[in-house]
Parts: sequence; structure tokens; C-alpha cells
Amino acid sequence: MSDALPKTPKLDELEKGKWPSFVTEIKMAAKKSPMCRDLLGQLEQSYEEKIGYWKHGGIVGVMGYGGGVIGRYSDLPEKYPNISHFHTMRINQPAGWFYNTDALRKICDIWEEHGSGITNMHGSTGDIILLGTTTDELEPTFSELQKIDFDIGGSGSDVRTPSCCCGMARCEWSCYDTMKACYDLTQAYQDEIHRPAFPYKFKFKFSGCPNDCVASMARADMSIIGIWRDDIQVDRAAVTEYAKNGMDIKADVVDNCPARCMDWDGKEIHIDNQFCRRCMHCINVMPKALAPGKDRGAAILLGSKAPIIEGALLSSVLIPFYKMEPPYEELKDLLERIWDLWCEEGKNRERVGEFIQRVGMGNFLEAIELEPVPEMIAHPRENPYVFYEEYFEEDEGEEEESES
Amino acid sequence: MAEPTQERRTDYGPPHYEKFLPPIIKKNYGKWKYHEILKPGVMVHVSETGDKLYTVRASSGRLISVDKIRMYCDLADKYCDGYLRFTSRHNVEFLTDKQENIDPLIKDLQEMGHPVGGIGNAISSMVHTQGWIHCHSAATDASGIVKAVMDDLIEYFEEMKLPGKLRIALACCLNMCGAVHCSDIAILGIHRRPPKIDHEKLHKMCEIPNVTASCPTAAIRPATVDGKQSVEIIEEQCMFCANCYTVCPSLPLNDPLNDGVSIWVGGKVSNARHEPMFSKLAIPYLPNNPPRGPETVEAVRGLVELWAKNAKKYERMGEWIERIGWPRFFKMAGIEFQKEHIDDFKHAGLTYKRSTHLTY
Repeated sequence: MSDALPKTPKLDELEKGKWPSFVTEIKMAAKKSPMCRDLLGQLEQSYEEKIGYWKHGGIVGVMGYGGGVIGRYSDLPEKYPNISHFHTMRINQPAGWFYNTDALRKICDIWEEHGSGITNMHGSTGDIILLGTTTDELEPTFSELQKIDFDIGGSGSDVRTPSCCCGMARCEWSCYDTMKACYDLTQAYQDEIHRPAFPYKFKFKFSGCPNDCVASMARADMSIIGIWRDDIQVDRAAVTEYAKNGMDIKADVVDNCPARCMDWDGKEIHIDNQFCRRCMHCINVMPKALAPGKDRGAAILLGSKAPIIEGALLSSVLIPFYKMEPPYEELKDLLERIWDLWCEEGKNRERVGEFIQRVGMGNFLEAIELEPVPEMIAHPRENPYVFYEEYFEEDEGEEEESES
Repeated sequence: MAEPTQERRTDYGPPHYEKFLPPIIKKNYGKWKYHEILKPGVMVHVSETGDKLYTVRASSGRLISVDKIRMYCDLADKYCDGYLRFTSRHNVEFLTDKQENIDPLIKDLQEMGHPVGGIGNAISSMVHTQGWIHCHSAATDASGIVKAVMDDLIEYFEEMKLPGKLRIALACCLNMCGAVHCSDIAILGIHRRPPKIDHEKLHKMCEIPNVTASCPTAAIRPATVDGKQSVEIIEEQCMFCANCYTVCPSLPLNDPLNDGVSIWVGGKVSNARHEPMFSKLAIPYLPNNPPRGPETVEAVRGLVELWAKNAKKYERMGEWIERIGWPRFFKMAGIEFQKEHIDDFKHAGLTYKRSTHLTY
């Protein structure tokens, strides 16, 4: 095989322009990696013919783990032999995606020796994605990763690699320690991450405030979103300063409040906190003057997912406020009750949100032993088809609690 | 499978994050008081202790070579005492307590070809999927369209001249590994023809009960074809979701003639002001036209600029459209309203206009 790069007139078009070019990156790696040379060839062919040339999956992995490696094979192995295998390894990122250069360089050295030399920093779920290696290199790669304390993440029907925002490390709005919680739960559920035993995937995302920088509302089966219960903290002098510097507090802040619970009289800001929805807008606009309250914790929501199979869902409230302090025992107990039920009753490839839709939130709550509260709903039911479970028996004249 | 190596460890999890935190972060962990955006791509966080932490954010491009990561490391060693981080939208962030390092760092990043920006009222990097680089089910490429769209919109990444935040994402099929369903603008790879059944292989590769159960519209039934166990598909019932293909390789939907992308608008994740919203269909189909997908680039720019011109300050795409109404949106965007825009899946009735709140 020649070391020369294949001719890629179509891909070369994507080296033009100011945005970083993935083609340039693959070409950089292709100087050392025959895999990347064949990848360029196959990708150029896809660009010519408007179709992908990867085979459908395949079960590969490292010994003892059932997840974390995505098997991938070229559909054109004779033409592109160096990517006949092109498996992805998902490596569990450090919480908050913080690194030192020593660790990153070691990962680079390992991947240059054992894989294609191209990565995603990071994949959508949060892992470091090591993109493309052969079956034979999986175990040696893992062996090297063990030496630098990086472990493999999740894939398939398991707990997917949890991720979190940078939280208290660099944000004044974080209502709990997202990185600590993410690390704690990741360690607590190593078996569930590495050995798929669920009906389908289960994702956690930890956001420090309702701005939700890790999109936990939309992308996590369990969304743990920081929030506060008491009053927004107000620095009156700083509010005045914003006004003095030309901010239109009425238009920019007060008029955008979804609860209409604020007033600005030209001198002072008044907030009726009992109606505040903790949306963050006013705090986002005046970070020097306003801050989340001091009684901080998290709202726990459940069930979001992308469309496949029964349609996309957003997470909905399960626990309106939880203090989120280590060791998070109540949360873990609740989680394990949810998993037990879902594993027992869930259908193959049914996400927990879809499971709740199928069995009904009321029944789900009863099964996980959680009392219904009005914070869980946007509004009460509109239809009268109620499955009443309590009724009077003839002759007894007293209310009989159904045992069912 | 290769033999396991000796002294094998498992289930030790990721390294503890503390060892990757710069000293200034360790010292001020949980003590940050406020932050300010100093200029595009640069912010400062100020601590109760008076310490200041500067962040410079650049686009990484998501797919990066190990040599590029080493170049980032060189910059982090030069300017940031050997620390750096990445964001949930594939940006790379350099953190330093030395204000004088900001401008030289930005200069180095720009010379490396990594634009600085994505903070405040700007477009941040696009979240996206693998596409033809690594996925079997991709209905379009991912990185190529993202590159072309962001080349075109770079001014909105590098400057802060939009009314509010704008989040664009791309998923190359309905599996949505990129979970684009709550983005201001989503580009979604789509199939438009039912699976082509490989009757020769299906009985060897797929479990037929799983295949029939996988179809959300019950369009797949067991059938015997030429003496072989297989399935048949009621084509009128197929909505091209490809869920059957996920469980059975013998049902490919990829079709160079008909695959393409759809464009969705108005989703958001943040709880600020309006509650989180799903994205809604704006353009049902645009062709795959590699390498640079000019139709998609033009459509996205058109939507960005329409919103930028008409939205009120802070108003996200979905909040703006909700205020003006969808008929006005379609009119202003010059998008022909079609049958495909009207939902016909579960709870579709909830998406019909059920009032006379109409504009003329």
C-alpha cells in the first residue's frame, strides 16, 4: 500500500473556509495511519455516491465488559482493507471535561499506537470517542488505558456514561456540586455501565441550574437539574449600577419574567418570590446583581429521549426538590426502585419514559412508592376516564379500600 | 477476541476530576460570585476571594486528530499551566488567571484555524453525529454539512450580534444520537423510501418477532418468501423511521436518490423565560448535495437572519415564532406549507390550532 493520500476532490472542498475542517484533521492523522488513508478513500466515495459504506454494527468488546465498544466494519473491505475493522471505543471522560495536558498527551500516544489517531472531543453523550481501530487492538488499548486510570464508558442497553456541566468549578449558578454527584454515581454504577442488563439505554445528566448547559431536560432518562427554594439573592447596589450603566431593567428583565413576579420602580427591583418559577432569566441578565437563593438542591426529572421508538419526550418532574448531598442515598434508592420495575416490566428497547407513557404515571409512582404531587404535572387530566380503585361495597355502608 | 492482558483492572471508572482542576479552581470551587463576558469568546469569573478566572472558548470542530489535541496541550502548557477543558458543544476552553495571556492565546488559536467565540448572544458550535464517517444508518453526512453551515455562519460565532442564543444541531438519522429535537435549528437526516428487504439473508441475521415488534406503526408482518422465512412491509404505513433496520441489518433504507435532510426550528433546552420546547418542522426535505450542501447552508442562513432581524432581545427562535404565530413564520420565511408539516403520529390533535387566535 502506498503512503500517499487518496485523491479526494470532493472532500478537499471541505478544507476551505474558516471553520475547523474534519478533512484536514483526518489528513493529519493519515500521515501516520493507513486506516485514515482508507477512511478518506471510502468517505470520498460516499460523497460521490451519496451513501454511507459502513456495515451494520457487530458485537465486539473487551473481556468482561458488554458495552463501550461500537463494532464497525467497512462494506467495501477489499477496496479499503485498512478499515475492514473500524471500531469505536467510548472512554469515560473526567467530570466536567477538565484535563491536564499530561493525561491528554498519554491518551494521544495510546491512540496513535493502537488506533486511527482520530477522536471526537467529545461524543454526544460525553465520552472521549476514540474513532476507529481493529478487533485485535481493543484489548491492548484498554490495557494501556488502565495504566493511566481511564476506563471505558457505556453503550447498548446499559447506563450510558453520565455527564455534567462544570458546576461549582467555574459557575456561580450551580445549585449543587454537579461534578461530585456525577463522579459519585458513575462510580456507584460501574457494573450497570459496563454490563448491559436493561431493556434499553439509561442516561444521566447533571446540570447545576435551570439553564441546563448539558441539555439534561432533553437528553437524559434522569435529569438532575440544580434549583433553589428560597428567595433570589439581590445585591441592590449592583442593580442600581446596571441601571446606571444603561440597562433597561423593565424591558430586559421585568418584562421577560414568565411569572410576572417582578417590578422595577426606577430605583429598586421587587421580586415576589412565592411566584418565581426559577427560570434564571433575570439572573442571566444581571449576574452581578442577582443570584440563586441559598437553600439549594436539585429537581429530579425523568424520561427524556429522542424520537425512536414511540416519539421524543422531555423529562418530567419526579422530585421537585432534593438536597443533593453525598452519599445521595435516597436518590440511589429511588433509582434502584425505578430500575427494578423497568427491568421487570419494560419491553425490549423501551426507554423508561416510554414505559411510563405505557403504564401511566400514576401506576408508575405507586410501583416505585412515590407520592403524587402537583409539581409533577403541567395540569390535571382533562378526560374523565378515571380508573377508580376505591369504592363502597353493598351492605357494608363503609368505605372499603381496594387491596389491589 | 484478543487474550486479556495481565494485572487486569476493571470497573475503576473515570479518573477523579480533582486532579484535572487548575489550582485557581480548586481554591475557588463553589465560591464564584459572578461572571462577565469581556468580548466574543472570552469571559471572566470573579470569586468571593477576589480571584479572577479567564476563559477563552474556541471551536474544536469535534473530529480532531491526536496531533491537534497535542497542539491544544502545547497552548495549555504555554498559557494555562497545563490545564484545559472541553464543553458540551465540542468547544475547547482554555482557563487562566493571567489576563495578559488572553490576546496571545487567541492569536495562536486563530493561527491554528480555531475560531474563538460561541459565548453570549452567538451561535455556539453545532452538536452533531458521525454521518458517513462512522455510521451505518446515516441518511446524510454530518461533519461535512456542519462544516459548510458554520463556514457560512462564522460571523455569528465570532461576534455577539444576535438577539439571543442560537443553538444549531445536526443528526444524520432519526435515531438522533445528536438529540437535535430541542434545538433552535435542527438539521435532520431523513429517509423517504421503505426498507429494501434482503429475503436471502433476513432469516439468518434477524429474529423475525423482534423485527415485527420494532415497527411503531405495525407495518411489518412475518411472511414466507420463496420458501424462506422473512417479512413483508405495508409500504403505505412506513414512516421511514428505520427502527426495523436498527434491529435487523437486512432491512436497509439508505437510498442515494431519496435520502436528504429536513430542517426543524424553535426548540430549546434551557428553562430561561419559556419552558423547554421541541423543535418543529420547517422544511420537510432538502437534497443531499455533497460536499457543501448549498441548499441546506442557504436555508439555515435564511432562518438565522430572519430570526435575527425580527426577534426581540433575548427571544429564542421558538419564543419569537410563538409570539408571531406559525402562519406568519411560514410567510416571512417564504416556506410553502405542505401536508408533511401537519403531525399524524401520536397525540397529533394536540398540535392542531384549537382557537381563533389568528393573524391576517
